[in-house]
Amino acid sequence: MNDALDLDAIRRRLATSEGRRFWRSLDEVAETAAFTELLQQEFPRQAAPIAEGVDRRQFLRLMSASLALAGLGACTRQPPEYIVPYAKAPEDGIVPGEPLFFATAMPLGGGALGLLVESHMGRPTKVEGNPQHPLSLGATDVYAQASVLGLYDPDRSQVITSAGEIRPWSAFLATLRAALEAQRAKGGAGLRILTETVTSPTLAQQIRDLLAEYPQARWHQYEPLARDAAAAGLRSAIGDDAEVHHRVERADVILALDADFLACGPTAVRDMRAFSMRRRPAAGAPMNRLYVVEPMPTVTGGVADHRLALRAGDVERLARAVAAAVGVRGVTAPGGLATHAAWIAAVARDLAAHKGASLVIAGEAQPPAVHALVLAMNETLGNIGPIVIYAQPFTMPGEQAASLGRLADDMEAGRVDLLLILEGNPVATAPADLRFAARLEKVGLRIRLGLYDDETSRLCHWHVPAAHYLESWSDARAYDGTATVIQPLIAPLYDGKTAHELLAACSQRGDGAQSAYDLVRDYWKRQPFSGDFEAYWRRALHDGLVPGTSGLLRIPKGRGEGVVPPWVEPAAAAGALEISFRPDPTIYDGRFANNGWLQELPKAMTRLTWDNAACLAPATAERLGLANEDVVELRRGERAVRAPVWIVPGHAADAVTVHLGYGRTRVGRVGNGAGFDAYVMRTSDAMWIGRDLEIRKTGERYALACTQDHQSMEGRDLIRAATIDEYRADPAVLRERAPEEPGDLSMYPPHRYEGYAWGMAIDLSACTGCNACVVACQAENNIAVVGKDQVGRGREMHWIRVDRYFEGALDAPAIHHQPVPCMHCELAPCEVVCPVSATVHSSEGLNQMIYNRCVGTKYCSNNCPYKVRRFNFYLYSDWATESLKLQRNPDVTVRSRGVMEKCTYCVQRIQHAKIKAEKEDRGVRDGEIVPACAQACPAEAIVFGDQNDPASRVAKLKAEPRNYALLGELNARPRTTYLAKLGNPNPELTRG
Amino acid sequence: MSTPVLEARRDSRPPVIAPGHTFETVTDRISRVVLRRGTPRGWIVGFALSFCLMMVLFYSVAALLFRGIGIWGINQPVEWGFDIVNFVWWIGIGHAGTLISAILLLLKQEWRTSINRFAEAMTLFAVACAGLYPVLHLGRPWLAYWLFPYPNTMGMWPQFRSPLIWDVFAVSTYLTVSLMFWFVGLIPDLATLRDRSPSRIGRGVYGILAMGWRGSAKHWHRYETAYLLLAGLSTPLVVSVHTIVSFDFAVSVVPGWHATIFPPYFVAGAIYSGFAMVMTLAIPIRKFYNLEDFLTMRHLDNMARVMLATGLIVAYGYMMETFMAWYGGNPYESFMILNRFGGPYAPQYWLLITCNVVIPQVLWFRRVRASIPALFVVSLIVNLGMWLERYIIIVVSLHRDFLPSSWGMYSGSIYDWSMFVGSIGLFLSLLFLFIRYLPMISIFEMRTLVPGAEVKEETP
Repeated sequence: MNDALDLDAIRRRLATSEGRRFWRSLDEVAETAAFTELLQQEFPRQAAPIAEGVDRRQFLRLMSASLALAGLGACTRQPPEYIVPYAKAPEDGIVPGEPLFFATAMPLGGGALGLLVESHMGRPTKVEGNPQHPLSLGATDVYAQASVLGLYDPDRSQVITSAGEIRPWSAFLATLRAALEAQRAKGGAGLRILTETVTSPTLAQQIRDLLAEYPQARWHQYEPLARDAAAAGLRSAIGDDAEVHHRVERADVILALDADFLACGPTAVRDMRAFSMRRRPAAGAPMNRLYVVEPMPTVTGGVADHRLALRAGDVERLARAVAAAVGVRGVTAPGGLATHAAWIAAVARDLAAHKGASLVIAGEAQPPAVHALVLAMNETLGNIGPIVIYAQPFTMPGEQAASLGRLADDMEAGRVDLLLILEGNPVATAPADLRFAARLEKVGLRIRLGLYDDETSRLCHWHVPAAHYLESWSDARAYDGTATVIQPLIAPLYDGKTAHELLAACSQRGDGAQSAYDLVRDYWKRQPFSGDFEAYWRRALHDGLVPGTSGLLRIPKGRGEGVVPPWVEPAAAAGALEISFRPDPTIYDGRFANNGWLQELPKAMTRLTWDNAACLAPATAERLGLANEDVVELRRGERAVRAPVWIVPGHAADAVTVHLGYGRTRVGRVGNGAGFDAYVMRTSDAMWIGRDLEIRKTGERYALACTQDHQSMEGRDLIRAATIDEYRADPAVLRERAPEEPGDLSMYPPHRYEGYAWGMAIDLSACTGCNACVVACQAENNIAVVGKDQVGRGREMHWIRVDRYFEGALDAPAIHHQPVPCMHCELAPCEVVCPVSATVHSSEGLNQMIYNRCVGTKYCSNNCPYKVRRFNFYLYSDWATESLKLQRNPDVTVRSRGVMEKCTYCVQRIQHAKIKAEKEDRGVRDGEIVPACAQACPAEAIVFGDQNDPASRVAKLKAEPRNYALLGELNARPRTTYLAKLGNPNPELTRG
Repeated sequence: MSTPVLEARRDSRPPVIAPGHTFETVTDRISRVVLRRGTPRGWIVGFALSFCLMMVLFYSVAALLFRGIGIWGINQPVEWGFDIVNFVWWIGIGHAGTLISAILLLLKQEWRTSINRFAEAMTLFAVACAGLYPVLHLGRPWLAYWLFPYPNTMGMWPQFRSPLIWDVFAVSTYLTVSLMFWFVGLIPDLATLRDRSPSRIGRGVYGILAMGWRGSAKHWHRYETAYLLLAGLSTPLVVSVHTIVSFDFAVSVVPGWHATIFPPYFVAGAIYSGFAMVMTLAIPIRKFYNLEDFLTMRHLDNMARVMLATGLIVAYGYMMETFMAWYGGNPYESFMILNRFGGPYAPQYWLLITCNVVIPQVLWFRRVRASIPALFVVSLIVNLGMWLERYIIIVVSLHRDFLPSSWGMYSGSIYDWSMFVGSIGLFLSLLFLFIRYLPMISIFEMRTLVPGAEVKEETP
């Protein structure tokens, strides 16, 4: 288009033209080839499909052939691909009303969580943990619980597109093959594949095969939350690629250095189970003790016996001091932590006193030196072997940010002709200094496989919708190596493709149309197995585990001491603050930004929904004159972003924590525009910690939706807590502060519950406040998402909430969590005030809500001391979106406008178990009924059962001296009771 | 009929009817308001304004039915807001009418005569406004009839332990009896209008409503009996309605609601606000319709005294709430009171104390009671104060109850305000129609106040 225009010719043309007198540009008049091409790109419909035109005879021939082929096409059948249900095979196929469970796994962040997925009539509706899977043990995290909503997300991309036009798969294949053909000659020198951390053995094999075909091609892995620092630190310390594994259940003393190991990372679910096991006084083994050093309060910091708020950049300083104190050779304590000397000494003494039974963990955000230091500390403490294991990684090793940097350099240099981006969203998540988006445009052909037509897809020539993991055949290795074959629960809703299919199409081998099922099956057929493959395969699908895959390849011993690099005093700009980048507690790295359940899930420590914020300490806010919801400009050099302030008690001073994943512009109706984009500030040299933050108050305000405005218990007896030593000495210590319960004041004899008496016990010692119960309840009970505006008005709908209270000093408060579902009071205040009997008591002690009788006076909610009732102020349930209808649990009513709702103890599960027991002519067994919250809980903090049965777990827990009723003095006699929180503080530190 | 010579009563206080009136002038003055040709411009302007406000109400109700009660400011934990505040406020206002008509009738307080008709109408319209809210505050208002015990295929009865059901009976009974009392009291006057109406339509309509009243001795006898019986029926209702409304709160467990003082405290508050509203309305009306002769300073003075007395009872209620919060030793109760004193709604609380307790003390002074502008201002302040009282009781108690994790804040939305203002529009529209088409002062009862009405034994 920039060729010199022949202006004379244009004049002549305009002078002689007849008819057409409007022209759009000089190019148009000149009828340059470039303009014609532009026109056809902009308006592809105007491009002539058959250049020469068609005569009548040819047209008819084409039409008849097309029609015949269309008819034939309808005759093709999907080849049968059998998925295998968990536990019991249906006798006559699907029984309506009887859900089936299938084992599968959800890959995330370089690991995978083994799951059982509930399927109603072919629709996956609910995700549970797979009890046989070593990293799940039957529990799940919030991401897995919410993933079922992601499957049905109506905003997922649904068609293959190129330049905004819908194109068929065949057209895509033609483009892809042509581009690959061009690469073949060069040995693939211009071919790059960018994936997230690949945990699928089949996919890894496919990529390796492709790289064998194109030896010059490169494979890059990038995830914004990759464990690069750990990889670098361990490689320097061990001399080989390694990953660290912990046996948390064996540790008596744990020191977590900026490590949120209970809530983040691929082993969090198992680690939380292991940790909580050792928090119960009845557990047999002594209670563990947890020390946490971190800048921003996390789930792990919340349950710590001693938590020290320290800037992330100062953690290394403290780690070195502790290492020096426990006797790691070659490490000296740097200065600058005089105020914490007693703390450090006490922790070091405690660790040293538990040699071989202690554990030091370094967080992903800490630099490589800390990981090397932690290895040395664990070695000195004799923990390597019994508690800490270093093993070869199961995924492709290497630092991912550096890898992405090399790709960006190649793109800049024009060395990349064909780029396959398989999932991930590098345009949004790449370090800002890589200028990934700008460089991406220099790639000849950019192909993207993704769940959403997002920021990356917008810059790609082709977008292929990816299949969700619940609609894919694939496989995945968990962090400990356990492989699971991912079974699809449903055929792809939107014709999504798996990465397997896309890579198979790239390969010369095979016919390019292999199904993912064949690829995965063939892979495992080539692996060693015992006996008949068919039986082995079915077994693997059924159990959700491929037998014999979970062994760790241990690296016997690190190079050990002396590998820790010497301390370099960081050069911080005077007056600058520190910024920490953290994964978001609910939307992770941003991939779940369009998931309404996760957006509305209150974040464990801030209780914020729908937004991230610049979190900072009360003292810092005071110094800078900032209040909650003030908008500040965060600036690192030239990179700046505006963010609302949220003051977090217990945050380290002079530091700001921001959570990644918000500020998405192109993800869907739910996630677009929520929060601010913290990736803008994140650079390759400061992936987690930046020391050069400037902050400026803008004077603007931005409303945040927080679900808990008040953080103090106001001296009320809501959470009872004591130390384990006090409790062991005298269990009555817990009742000292408690108000007197009125006992039986009635003139009438108490109502006797014959048969079952359902009750619940929640162990506050075990609960970490991770929120898994909240999402599980939302998924099970068809609870609506109300949106930020309604949350801001106090109208969120969660049936179970996790109350979070701070206790003590503003800068270093103790943090308490308390999950609050409906208490199912025996003398329920809500029941007497309902004028239409819409909430009534069952013979088994359930407080039942009858939606179709409810007229909506809301009196019950006013009279509920626990405020657990939720009202449908508007028509909150989405009755219109077809795909969301598929997600709903058919056993639970979808509520309409104007009715009250609340926790039912999952009455549908109770009924299901009762009917089953009745058919088998027996009573319901203990543990047969598990409400969704209890099932998801990684800490096993929630126990449900028949309290009339003295042998039941719940009855035994309620018999413990720790058991108490919340607001028991009101004499409502709640069926949900709490077990007091016990801590195990170091006497050395509490004495002062 | 001869014209008796009228003399003013020998009384130090102002008379209940100005001197110089005869049967004829009384009848004429009152019925002229209704029967005059043409409608006064002031009435048209006033009614038009009220009508516009009423349309605001209708619009708000339509929006409410269409979208849901989420358009209000209510939330979790404050599930009742303006809706119930307005309900209790209107019901309270609706107390004065029956009190004036029935109790003062039984107590033979003849000064009540000139304000009773008017107060009764006000009662009816206030109860009508109040009645809107319990229906509209429901999540599903179209199912409001489920609160009535009626035979149905569901085999369901209301839940009789719920105070809301008691409310249904209390308010509907009160409305029915008030309506009957008002209508029965109107019959002789309707007959007067029938006889005096210049138009055929007027004669027809008033004739039908007068139910064949001819003024015979038998009619009068039966009328007196019925009226007295209805007065007897109404008297306990005055006490019961607001007692039961107070049960909505007293029966619950919410700190700030759960108190045994609520029934008398609410009844006193209701009478207080009812008299304030009568005063607010009577002062402009007597001015515009030149009814100073019938609504004399004696009436205003008496109403001010009643306000002062009930205001003191209400103040005692506030005092007792505070005292019991301390004396009861319940930490939730004492927190509730401290939260009222110094919490986020403290300005509203202290405004309430100012309006309901401090300012009305000026009514101790005769000079204030004799000043019409002062009385008007005080009555408006008391109306505001009583509205605030319900706001404090309902909202401030709910917004911080037992678990601090669930504490929240509440403020009315634009629809809360539009429905409140709109319901005032409905009230005023009905009142304007009443003033235009019915005698706002009881003609025949006023005639009994004319000195000549007293049958004296003539001394030869």
